[in-house]
Amino acid sequence: MTISPAITSPERRPPRLVGLLPWLFAVAVVGYAMVVGGYAATVVSFALIYAVFVTGLNLFMGFAAQVSFGQNAFAAIGGYGSAVLTATYGWSPLPAMVLGIAAALLAAAIVGFPALRLKGHYLAMGTLAIGLITYEITVEWQSVTQGYLGISGIPPFGIGPYEVTSDRGQLIMLALVVAACAFAAARIRRSRFGRALSAVAGSEEAATALGIDVSRYKLMAFLLSAGFAALAGSLFVHVVGYVSPEVFGLHMVIVTFTMLYVGGIGTVAGPLVGALIVSLLPETFRAFKDYQDLAYGAALILLLIYAPRGLASLFSPRGRS
Amino acid sequence: MSLAVAAHTNASAASPILAATGLSARYGHIHALHGVDIRIGEGELVAVLGPNGAGKSTLLRAIMGLSANSGEVRFRGDVLPRSDAVAVASRGIVLVPEGRGLFAPMSVSDNLELGAYRLRDKAEFARRRDRVLTLFPRLKERLGQAAGSMSGGEQQMLALGRALMAGPKLLLLDEPSLGLAPRVTGEILETLGLLNREGLAIVLVEQKAPLALELAARVYLLSLGRIVAELDPRDITSHDDLARHYFA
Repeated sequence: MTISPAITSPERRPPRLVGLLPWLFAVAVVGYAMVVGGYAATVVSFALIYAVFVTGLNLFMGFAAQVSFGQNAFAAIGGYGSAVLTATYGWSPLPAMVLGIAAALLAAAIVGFPALRLKGHYLAMGTLAIGLITYEITVEWQSVTQGYLGISGIPPFGIGPYEVTSDRGQLIMLALVVAACAFAAARIRRSRFGRALSAVAGSEEAATALGIDVSRYKLMAFLLSAGFAALAGSLFVHVVGYVSPEVFGLHMVIVTFTMLYVGGIGTVAGPLVGALIVSLLPETFRAFKDYQDLAYGAALILLLIYAPRGLASLFSPRGRS
Repeated sequence: MSLAVAAHTNASAASPILAATGLSARYGHIHALHGVDIRIGEGELVAVLGPNGAGKSTLLRAIMGLSANSGEVRFRGDVLPRSDAVAVASRGIVLVPEGRGLFAPMSVSDNLELGAYRLRDKAEFARRRDRVLTLFPRLKERLGQAAGSMSGGEQQMLALGRALMAGPKLLLLDEPSLGLAPRVTGEILETLGLLNREGLAIVLVEQKAPLALELAARVYLLSLGRIVAELDPRDITSHDDLARHYFA
């Protein structure tokens, strides 16, 4: 067989500079919050925690094209794991976080194995139930979670003698975590595993016929997604110092879905951009007073009309095709 | 040509690469295949012809283990699992499904790569890729393009190329000519003939009988989920002849 030199021609266009814009935007927002501090730092901190969660959600919903309304359950397990182990039992934050994430992964494996046999709307309903059940548990298991009262006195995150107490310190820590998560997502996207997920997203049957074990990859994406959710839950309770059932309720599902779609489902930068925009939009409309929610809603609708595949897709070469 | 056909027919009698007995399949409560028996010889190209709704696609999907089915399918003597398509694919049985099943938003290059998903040998991967791009030079020009943005003929070439990347021992093709211009169909069938002459066993499902008859060593006629005739294509001289078998 002769090898034609044409095979070596470039297959992937080099990333254009415009692809960096979402990241520059994120750096600018975090930088601004760092300089201003105070309330802005708090808003951006929450946005970054959400970005971790949405990055995980995107692995399952964007990369593998599945649907889950129940990832908040894993954030709750991670968050309550950290809260109970540190505040009640006096563990240091890192081992508590690790155990919380491990518990979330275990729960995801137990739930995911049967639930992922469902497809489409059924999977959506099944996962929604996971979130609702977990919420009920956090409310009713009062000896551990203290019900609606919640758990307070959770120490800030730290490793060994180093504690992250200042607003700016927390921002730096969260920015590093988000960067690591985005990097991981980018690596996954380009990996063998990532291509298998794309195949599952494209056509489960075609993927199966090529020898790709669809149910295994769906479960792996679900577990990864749960891991990110648990990490976000744990970070949240350490940043706020308090946790109650509402934190990981249905509201979280709606907000994170909005972030995922506004930012750009299936893209690498989308979750971060979406988390920042959706967190900041209500703040920018504060001057509208009574009409704040109206302006926020209108802005969301406009975004979804003019950037139906999300803001991040506007900057990716393939996104505009 | 006729000599080669004779050789293939003999091979099928001796040691079939695939032998299905009593293969039945259903969608929900609807039975689409009723106890079908077929044998494919090593290196043989067998056509399965039949009208729309005869169960041709169902037959291929049942062999792959993609649809609920019962019966026995042996591949080179080993019984294949009946509901584990991944295991069937790993034996070297590759299906090019109806409608091609390409990953439309992904590039041509990525689609080819996914065909060889189970292959970890980089040298072998490069060898197969070169081979596919030599067979279909047009794919080489479009490696970075999204699969879904190509013409129907190019997409069919990609579907075939992706299947070849898997290193098939038996290729199952579901209506590769569907929706294609006659010239493009001719090109694709020519390639299939070439692959078959190199020893690849192929099951070709078609509605357009004349095309398949040119290539096939043997023909099964499928009607309402049953094999109604097994023919030597040389015996089918006219369209009337074939029609007579359909409605016999």
